[in-house]
Amino acid sequence: MDILISGLLLGGTYALMAMGLNLQYGVARIMNLANGEMLVLGGLAAFWLFTTAAVSPLLTAFVVAPLAFAGNWLIYRYLLLPLVRRAKSTGQLEVDSILATFGMSFALVGIMVSIHGEYFTYSYLADPFSILGSTVALNRFIAFLAAAAIGFALYYWLNHTYAGTAVRAVSVSTEAAGLVGINVDKVSAMAFALGGAVTAVGGTLISTFITLDASVGVIFTMKALIIMIMGGVGDIRGAVIAALILGLVETAVATIIDPGLTLASAYVIFLAVLLFRPQGLFGRRSS
Amino acid sequence: MTLEIKRRSLVMGAGAAVGLSMLLTTTALAAEPIKIGVVSHLTGPLAGGEAVTHTPNIELWAKQVNDRGGLKVDGGQRPVEIITYDDKTDPAEHIKAVQRLATQDKVDFMLSPYGTGFNIAAAPIYAKYEYPLIAVSAITDKIPELSKRFPNMFFTLGTTTGFVEGVRDTLVKMRDDGTIGNKIAMVNVADAFGIELADKARPILSEAGFEIVYDKSYPLGTPDISPVVKGAKAAEPDAFVAWSYPPDTFALTEQAIIEGLDVRAFYTAVATCFPAYADKFGSKIEGNLGAGGVNPDTPAMQEYRKAHKEVTGKEADYWASATYYASLQILEQAIENVGTIDRAATVDYIKNNSFDTVIGTVSFDDNNNSERYWSVGQWRDGVFRAVADTGMGDSVPAVAKEGWN
Repeated sequence: MDILISGLLLGGTYALMAMGLNLQYGVARIMNLANGEMLVLGGLAAFWLFTTAAVSPLLTAFVVAPLAFAGNWLIYRYLLLPLVRRAKSTGQLEVDSILATFGMSFALVGIMVSIHGEYFTYSYLADPFSILGSTVALNRFIAFLAAAAIGFALYYWLNHTYAGTAVRAVSVSTEAAGLVGINVDKVSAMAFALGGAVTAVGGTLISTFITLDASVGVIFTMKALIIMIMGGVGDIRGAVIAALILGLVETAVATIIDPGLTLASAYVIFLAVLLFRPQGLFGRRSS
Repeated sequence: MTLEIKRRSLVMGAGAAVGLSMLLTTTALAAEPIKIGVVSHLTGPLAGGEAVTHTPNIELWAKQVNDRGGLKVDGGQRPVEIITYDDKTDPAEHIKAVQRLATQDKVDFMLSPYGTGFNIAAAPIYAKYEYPLIAVSAITDKIPELSKRFPNMFFTLGTTTGFVEGVRDTLVKMRDDGTIGNKIAMVNVADAFGIELADKARPILSEAGFEIVYDKSYPLGTPDISPVVKGAKAAEPDAFVAWSYPPDTFALTEQAIIEGLDVRAFYTAVATCFPAYADKFGSKIEGNLGAGGVNPDTPAMQEYRKAHKEVTGKEADYWASATYYASLQILEQAIENVGTIDRAATVDYIKNNSFDTVIGTVSFDDNNNSERYWSVGQWRDGVFRAVADTGMGDSVPAVAKEGWN
């Protein structure tokens, strides 16, 4: 029971890391290597507001979301759209966007170091909370609820609204989407901005229970990449389910076998998925 | 060299212009600064620790030296100028930057880096150019071998064995007092320092008659430490010992509070001494044990902590901050007593003299090691006091931890 609940909560944390990147890469086709830094930036906002003005991180999340949306929209519009326009192929866009966002990640690290070079550590809702006889941290539980809410909202929006359908269309084929009258640039910008907002809010929530620092972003980028590729690029369901699997397996291995093997177990699953379903759990086979 | 000449001629030429006469006056009055280089982890995994323990002390020391007119050398006074490079916590970048400081910037002296591995990695370059290397954030049992290879390298913060023995002595004392029983749960981060300490601790704790009832490692950056704490709790230990790094020190403590891990002795290693640790947990960490500790009662220490707060705006940590500042005092006193910029003579001076510092009188033995350091501290009323030491003799007995309130 402990394993199931702790595992699901950890999976929720992973989902928060990966959903945003999935939108950015799946739809806007930007392999955003500054994804982790965006997450840490959300955490820094929570830390800073909490320690200077005692603002609840849950409240901060509502401030972070529109700011991150606007910031990421501007980044897409002015830094990345020129790359999209000049790219002759998907491959070239991938290389260009990796280089551009890699550079961006250093800039963001530099900015964050200048704001606070030490650990972003504070204590918020670090209280025991009992579900089904298992003790968990309240802040983790809340992050899990938020991850579930964001996941469901994104899923509903993508599958049951007109705008969401347009987003999915762009994710399948930018050319075909353009031919049926979808403004591909606008939809891509929105998907990128939304992805950035989801990531930053994830960071705000994660900072309540993981100690972040300005340079830690790359670890989150890697984790998000693994989860996204496991789940299938461009599919929110896939990202959430891959995150939950990873969380459950890591917790089971840590509890039953040895905490030292959690990383190894994560990579074993990743390899297994790559071997047997290279397009990811919910991914489309490329034609 | 050409740049230097160009700059000087530029200043002289411009001196004719009335608008720049101010600049000339200051240039003429101020002596050429003593250039002091340091390669820091401004970004990367160790940046958080460096920003607490090293950087503020360099800022404080440079300000204090320059406020009193600079270092006394060559019959006059010269201010210090700190040149800092970021190495992204990458050893290869670090070595390149050290080389650059030595050959391009031609700095007069260099300060020691953060982390045992970085001190050892950079030591050959310091040795080649005869820079004294007063290592602080470097804890190793290889001091005799290292000082033989690098006679310019000095050690101030102790040995791995010394650290584990500090923990052992603290726990043995608590057991003798009837505070704790025999059972220890021990965990460590699966990274250099954590592994080394755990490997040393196993035989040392067993020989002292302790039973290690839980012994696990976890990878660096583990996002959820709760299985480790749940496992430790299930083993029903009397004491909990974690050879941990900063992020996991915070995470283990938080999880222990959540799980209600009720032990009379709770030890976490690096970062327990950080003021941020107390800020985060408040009164809940009363009685927590950790690596480091200081004697906060000496006038020198109190004066230092006050100045640190005033100049940098933050509290000094309760461990290596003071020792790092002491290393700067040692360098300062050696330079002034040599009386001229002569690195080889400065190394000799450090070897053969004793120094009055914020952590007391420091001198170095035949292995260039200062056998005076605090090894275990305990949070008592918002201050992290030393409860075990080597050669200091001023630590207080540890008390039982009474729950997480």
